[in-house]
Amino acid sequence: MRQPLLLGLLAGLVAALFVASLAVGPAGIGLRGSLAALVAGGDGPAPLILREIRLPRALLGLLIGAGLGLSGAALQGFLRNPLAEPGLIGVSSSAALGAVVAIYSGASAAFALALPVFALAGALLGVLAILALAGAAARTLTLILAGVAVSALAAALTSLVLNLSSNPYAAGEIVFWMMGSLADRSMLHVAIAAPFILAGGIALLTLGRGLDALTLGEDAAASLGIGLAAMRLRLVLGIAAVVGAATAVAGAVGFVGLVVPHLLRSATGARPARLLWASALGGAAVVLAADVATRVIAPERDLKLGVLTALVGAPFFLHLIRKTAREAA
Amino acid sequence: MILALAAQAAGAEGPAVPAHPARVVSINLCTDQLAMLLAAPGQLVSVTWLAGDPAFSAMADHAGAYLANGGRAEEVFALHPDLVLADIWSPPDTVSMLTRLGIPVVQFPPGESMADIRANIIRMGEVLGTADRAAAMAAAFDARLAGLVRLAPPPGARPRAATWAANAYASGPRSLTGAILDAAGFANVAGELGIEYGGTLPLEALVWAQPDIVITAESAPGASRAEDVLRHPALAGLRVEAGLADADWTCGTPFVLDAVARLAAFRAKPGP
Repeated sequence: MRQPLLLGLLAGLVAALFVASLAVGPAGIGLRGSLAALVAGGDGPAPLILREIRLPRALLGLLIGAGLGLSGAALQGFLRNPLAEPGLIGVSSSAALGAVVAIYSGASAAFALALPVFALAGALLGVLAILALAGAAARTLTLILAGVAVSALAAALTSLVLNLSSNPYAAGEIVFWMMGSLADRSMLHVAIAAPFILAGGIALLTLGRGLDALTLGEDAAASLGIGLAAMRLRLVLGIAAVVGAATAVAGAVGFVGLVVPHLLRSATGARPARLLWASALGGAAVVLAADVATRVIAPERDLKLGVLTALVGAPFFLHLIRKTAREAA
Repeated sequence: MILALAAQAAGAEGPAVPAHPARVVSINLCTDQLAMLLAAPGQLVSVTWLAGDPAFSAMADHAGAYLANGGRAEEVFALHPDLVLADIWSPPDTVSMLTRLGIPVVQFPPGESMADIRANIIRMGEVLGTADRAAAMAAAFDARLAGLVRLAPPPGARPRAATWAANAYASGPRSLTGAILDAAGFANVAGELGIEYGGTLPLEALVWAQPDIVITAESAPGASRAEDVLRHPALAGLRVEAGLADADWTCGTPFVLDAVARLAAFRAKPGP
């Protein structure tokens, strides 16, 4: 498919889902009423609900989805491995650990930016651990095993911090950090996450030319003037910023970065540079759709976002493992 | 006669409950408080460590006079009690272990209404052999409750209130918190929205319902994400009062009337 057409279709889908995210909720306001309350304001609770509850939720869905889709595409391109994904290789869990330390140590209450900064630091440690364990051109098995180890360690430490907290609600929040949710977030969360996601996203989008060259192999890329070390640094910082900030406000939402690039790879002619843009839009569409679905399926149960993405993503992952194994044999 | 009563209280196969227990151990925060109120001097040996925590216990000041236990069968057995007081939701493995070791366990239902609280006071008095003291306490409870209820407006004229705690949890009319709200003269918004006992009331649904007052819990020690929602900017247009301490609404004891009186004061006083 031609690139402008593909991107146009995806952008249209994202716009439609963004509007749906603004229009769906337990207060039956309706599509027209919702948009009128959002834009024009007025009396009563509707403008407050739209501007303080639904708008931040839709904006976070857009930003986090785009960031996760982009991170997956960039990681897969750089590692030349279709199974690389921030959630599966433990970067999301490491970011969650950083966020949990920020919240339950009281650091984020003293200083709001501590939340994304700690999460970013956690994500950074996670990416560095994976690259150190699995190497740059990672074999699938090593990559997945390293991811399992990093995830397990981060999840255990997260549970430990929550169990040791003096707050009676802390232990119950393990589910949120493992599964993620956008429920009841505010504009404050948008304000602390957006700068990091945007900066990290821009860093990842500029990797396109290098990733395209890298499909020819590292030596060929080097002969084209691509500096692998500089690329790796930008990738690591970009992923850490995006995944760190996203996880800090929404918990660990898995599989988005795995499924979206895979679905769009053939439509982008297997060109990593094109895949980056398409995956950003596709990721936004997936997370917005999943978040709308949590509100439609069980509005009063606070269904977790990561439950839906994992229900779709995990079978996909198994399919990809089988395919990779068959190709390797 | 006494033997027959004792056998009945202990159930079909458990160890017999003594008519005048001399070494009583409580392994539940709520039975802790009723027992501290009604036990004869020296009769109660140990209460849970939670009973000494002012965040959860209305009698934290009194708990220091007793040994603290963690509710585990092993440590309870080591105290050589002749009676253990528990909740019907206490861990079944602990209760059956104690019963197998020959220690009678009396389990109380949680007090979910004013009538439940009264019944638990009377029953605690019977179990501890201090029925006279229990009858006096029940009478005082009735009188104070009647006095508070008399001040409440009639059903049509009540302000609409929602109790809203961490994780957007609202209490319905059939919960103890709902009973406290009702006695204080408020209509329960959670009930309007179909929440019977308690459950998640999404922030959006709360704002849409436009209650006259949102009563939240005082914040718990330490930080948590669950309590973030109580400070959400969308609540700015509503009257929010931190009026319910966990110590008041966790257990069905006469102390719930303190909570009723405190909430009734919000009704009398106009919002900020």
